Amino acid sequence: MDKTTLWIVIIGLGVGSFMLRFLFIGLVGSRAMPDWLLRHLRYTAVAVLPALVAPQVVWPAATDGAPDPARMSAAVVTLTVGLLTKNVLAAVLAGAATLYGMLYLVGLG
Amino acid sequence: MPFTTAKSAYVKGLIDGAPFVLIIIPFSMLFGLLAVETGLNVVEALVFSVVVIAGAAQFTALQLMQEQAPTLVVLASALAVNLRMAMYSASLTPYVGKAPFWQRALVAYTTVDQSYIVAIARFEKDPDMSVPHRVAYFLGAVTPVVPLWYGFTVVGALLGAQVPDSWALDFAIPIAFLAMIAPMFRTLAHVVAALVAVVVALLAAGVPYSLGLIIAGVAGMMAGARTEVWLNRRTAGDAHG
Repeated sequence: MDKTTLWIVIIGLGVGSFMLRFLFIGLVGSRAMPDWLLRHLRYTAVAVLPALVAPQVVWPAATDGAPDPARMSAAVVTLTVGLLTKNVLAAVLAGAATLYGMLYLVGLG
Repeated sequence: MPFTTAKSAYVKGLIDGAPFVLIIIPFSMLFGLLAVETGLNVVEALVFSVVVIAGAAQFTALQLMQEQAPTLVVLASALAVNLRMAMYSASLTPYVGKAPFWQRALVAYTTVDQSYIVAIARFEKDPDMSVPHRVAYFLGAVTPVVPLWYGFTVVGALLGAQVPDSWALDFAIPIAFLAMIAPMFRTLAHVVAALVAVVVALLAAGVPYSLGLIIAGVAGMMAGARTEVWLNRRTAGDAHG
């Protein structure tokens, strides 16, 4: 990996993340923000993270883009356990167990 | 329960933040491990964690760097993932906005999902807390989280070199993200935002420079905001009818 690019990313991301965190506590104070802006900001995490994950679930790079039953079922199990338990750690463990279980079974067949 | 001293507020924060240790250790190890897989050395992985302290954004940046996405897209996407920090900052401001500048800077730097969730729950429950006690409580809540985030990044990075391909670590980030998203679906609007984002992301997978992610994210946010307006209007309508 190109080290210059890496440091640009690390420093840029560090400065940007601090500014996002400092923006209101440090600079805006108690002034109100427009409702429409807050309404969109509320959905950033639930929109961006699934959008990032979806193509990797459907077309994983590790299989050169061929849909993979092990990875797909691991994704479904992780999400389902997460929704049911609201427990991040339980969801991760269930997803990992499914992934390895399926990879093992597929390897046998 | 009123706190008598800033120290007791700090200790209470420490206790309330402690359960997150169980999440922080595996996630920071995973980051260190994947950072080494992506081609970073131990020092670079540690600096990354110290400078950014935001798991989801760090994972996003790693993933996109691995896909050779343009630097600008890496930064924009990772910062988009971190936009929720601005939300957190906005929602903490009424509670600690009157603290001295250096304390607000420290609170800002240590604003992460865990510290925010713990602190905002306490501040809402305990409106009579003084500003110094709130800051002490907040810093107590981050104390078990932030040093471990640094430390276990290094542990993961040191282990990383020995991990074989058969561990299928390519899929660690998707699993981590799906697990983190699941508890966030609090309303129908959150669900709609995620579904629209997923559909657009799949349709836009061929868009160059990894811009599909940003297009899908914006589409999902707009869908969520629209749904919220619609739900509010419907509730208001019910109240009248």
